[in-house]
Amino acid sequence: MLASRALVRGLQSGFWRRVSTSSSAWAAHTHDVDVIDCSVPQYNNRLDTPLPDIPFVRNLSAEQKKLKEKEKGPWTQLTKEEKLAIYRLTHELTFPEMKKGSKEWMTVLGGIFFFLGFTGLLVWWQRVFVYGDVPHTLSQEWVEKQTQRMIDMRVNPVHGFAHKWDYEKKQWK
Amino acid sequence: MFRAALRLSVSGARSLTRSRPQYTASVAARSYSHGKQETDEEFDARWVTYFSKPDIDAWELRKGMNTLIGYDLVPEPKILEAALRACRRLDDLASAIRILEAVKDKAGPHKEIYPYVIQELQPTLSELGIPTPEELGIDKA
Repeated sequence: MLASRALVRGLQSGFWRRVSTSSSAWAAHTHDVDVIDCSVPQYNNRLDTPLPDIPFVRNLSAEQKKLKEKEKGPWTQLTKEEKLAIYRLTHELTFPEMKKGSKEWMTVLGGIFFFLGFTGLLVWWQRVFVYGDVPHTLSQEWVEKQTQRMIDMRVNPVHGFAHKWDYEKKQWK
Repeated sequence: MFRAALRLSVSGARSLTRSRPQYTASVAARSYSHGKQETDEEFDARWVTYFSKPDIDAWELRKGMNTLIGYDLVPEPKILEAALRACRRLDDLASAIRILEAVKDKAGPHKEIYPYVIQELQPTLSELGIPTPEELGIDKA
């Protein structure tokens, strides 16, 4: 009880701390923020929007800045690694990476089966340990006597129960 | 003829087919019930002019490219060449590579379109030094 209250308190202070941070500090982060500043353009990976609004990496280190300077010259002078680095500065994921998909569905399906199985265990336990005995009128002996009485009474003799009993041969048809 | 190879107008929507040029005149794209319909040549010319603006800015490049990719067609190589040259004017190699990736994605199941486009663009790519995604190894995830 106390632990859960402390947990909630911790979550709340974390939330407010993030919101009170100035927007410029958070605009500089373009990866994995909990609270997104929607008043500035966001980076996004979309197949139908190949050129995103802002580059992925905003705060360039010194060597990244040097690379950007080199980009202003002829591109024939860039090595393949430099060209790839320039691409990765502006874009987080390539098209094939965007389209890749994940194995999450296996986890989801596995989780579903697991919890179905767990529910089955609960249902079995309930059947064995919670439910009392069935009424005595469902016992083998009682049902036999009941069936014999129904035959003697000719229950549903036209199309139903007694119709299926052969009274000559004293057996079911 | 090559334009016809790239476009087949089916129920007013632009889409592409597999077979090589059997089609004669290019057919207009949008099925307005009234008004003049823009021909393929006019569409291409409009977009080439857009990207050929000498002082195009980065926003216009992004807007143009994202809009063009939104259409139900693969852009003609001449439009793409103008866009790549615009990237050069803006010193933006990453966008140039991204445009090539987007073209391949737009072709969808029609696997012969992208090699054709690259073949048509090869002089420009070599001149400007733009690598294809395959050369950089980013065509596989």
